[in-house]
Amino acid sequence: MTTFAELLLNGISLGSVYALIALGFVVIFRATEVVNFAHASLLLAGGYVTAVLHEDIGFWPALLVGIAGAAAVGAAVEFLVMRRYRGADHSVLAIVTIGVDILLTTELTRRIGTDVLALGDPWGDAVLTLGPISLAHTRIAAFLAAGLLITAFLLTFRYTSWGVAMRAAAESAETAALMGVRLGRVSLGAWAVAGGLAAVAALFLTVFPTPGLERATSLAALKAFPAAILGGLDSTTGALVGGLLIGITESLATGYQSDLAFLGRGLGDLAPYLVMIAVLLVRPAGLFGTKELARV
Amino acid sequence: MSDVLATEKGTPGTPRTARSAPVRRLPGPRAWVWAALAVLLLALPFYLDRFWLQAGLFAMAAAIGAIGINLLTGATGQLSMGHAFFLAVGAYGYCVLAGDGGGSGGDGLVGLGLPTWLAAVLAVLLAGAAGGLFSPIAGRLRGAYLGIATLALIFIGQHVLFNAQDLTGGFNGRDVPPLNLFGLTFDDSELVVAAVPFGSAEKLWYLGLALLLGGALFARGVLRGRPGRAMNAIRDHRIAAGVMGVPVARYRAAVFVLSSMYAGLAGVLLALVFQRTVPDYFGITLSLEYLAMIVIGGLGSVSGAVAGALFVSLLPQLLTRYSDALPLVSAPGTGGIAPGEASRYLYGAAVVAVVLFLPGGLVRVAARLRSKLRHIPGDPVEER
Repeated sequence: MTTFAELLLNGISLGSVYALIALGFVVIFRATEVVNFAHASLLLAGGYVTAVLHEDIGFWPALLVGIAGAAAVGAAVEFLVMRRYRGADHSVLAIVTIGVDILLTTELTRRIGTDVLALGDPWGDAVLTLGPISLAHTRIAAFLAAGLLITAFLLTFRYTSWGVAMRAAAESAETAALMGVRLGRVSLGAWAVAGGLAAVAALFLTVFPTPGLERATSLAALKAFPAAILGGLDSTTGALVGGLLIGITESLATGYQSDLAFLGRGLGDLAPYLVMIAVLLVRPAGLFGTKELARV
Repeated sequence: MSDVLATEKGTPGTPRTARSAPVRRLPGPRAWVWAALAVLLLALPFYLDRFWLQAGLFAMAAAIGAIGINLLTGATGQLSMGHAFFLAVGAYGYCVLAGDGGGSGGDGLVGLGLPTWLAAVLAVLLAGAAGGLFSPIAGRLRGAYLGIATLALIFIGQHVLFNAQDLTGGFNGRDVPPLNLFGLTFDDSELVVAAVPFGSAEKLWYLGLALLLGGALFARGVLRGRPGRAMNAIRDHRIAAGVMGVPVARYRAAVFVLSSMYAGLAGVLLALVFQRTVPDYFGITLSLEYLAMIVIGGLGSVSGAVAGALFVSLLPQLLTRYSDALPLVSAPGTGGIAPGEASRYLYGAAVVAVVLFLPGGLVRVAARLRSKLRHIPGDPVEER
């Protein structure tokens, strides 16, 4: 039972990090209707900047620069690439983001090479023990930071004019434009926010107990895709629930993999995708996604 | 709809007869070009060394796989990131079906010991069946949604390949038994034709050509016929297609199955060329490569798939071969940009640039050049 509680708490913490990534993904989708396959490389970019700078300028400034850097990369992708295609078919745009992803990932993995980069976080491998349950500080920090950011984001989304503009653009781009919403600015903002969120997620995907930032980190980041799609691509609630679901499943599957040995090693990495398929079989639009209705 | 996805032959108003008639009547330059190309391709094994033959074989296998994914992504508008999975099913399916069982091979892996030609056919069908199993999802999701869902296939595939040790040999992979067709074995046992020793690469070259030609003609038939029209209709307007009586979900699932069978065939051919299959190869990078191929070549047409496959699969080989002579590119492990990375930069940039500057891909450029050469007033391909 103690193991279960530990795994559950770890899963929730991990899930909140996935939710952070998935949220960025959903924000881009809502603002521009583009499925952004370059999201994992945005995350890698943020993590890389933090990892490179933390020794010279300290962890917190490095993290801030990392967040700003990833936001800048996201904005640059929007400004230099996506904006040129405005009005093109959305599935073609998705393929364009794949091209961007190939470019960014190649550059970053070439720089990282075979190294495992530490991000210099202050938590180290400290563990908090509460009775029979022990929990790494990093996991608690991840949960708190993700929760804080998500709350802040949702409040912004709901109450500021930027949030209203973005929701209007998601509802009907044409009407929003006619009402004076500057679509270019909305989508630029979406990409930047998504980049920033991804950079924070990069930090928490690479701290203890994971060894650090390495090539495979982008594979870990890919798990936010199932999180986003199983919640429903156009739903922020869905991103949160999907992220938590994926995190908990992964944590439990990893924790109990000795009991599930007949399914092979590394089940934890597979579990998110199996959950996604199971959900999609029952609800093709995701748990909270709006079912597409068309009037003809 | 943007014309990016429009097929090369897609001037919808043209009646059928008017389109095919001029080709019949003018057997002139075009037929000659094709004949010359055929002779060239048939003669190449007598002149090229093994490196280039293998590079060519990779390109052929890639072309077959790219035709498959172009049917799905280009013609029907369904994105798939799981193509590498079906390649793996084809490659490993062939190994398992054809490998000699009973442990006499020495590697102790499961093998059914079927005749190799039967194993190759069954491996393709197996890939199709795997695609069919995914059809409840492939039929219901559209476009990029399906792309994310098919990511799952990659990870499931990698998991199985690494863990089902008895079938796949795990991390180290397994040897591929050479194909035996009508008494001719496609291995390195020497066979001298016109004073040129024919090893596996030379023999497989002809097999690859035959498979590619067959696959290309079949896909062209599908695209030009009734199913192709239905697929394009689904891509361009799903609801209109449904209203006109196209069973959308069934078509999507069927195209997914067909595309996975093409991938399976490509996998079998790749396995035969490699002579060893390793799980690392069938990762997400491979799937991205296939998507890059069809975007660069041209979405929705067979020739586009082939052109893109040639570009993407020959590029790293060329860069590796001439890495000394090229600026910025250096041999792997020396700290500079390795040829593999350089080619990934190039095709990643090519994907972005092609969609931006050459909507329609390489084949559209070729079509435009051709029409300019013929001095036909007005581009037959409508510009945006």
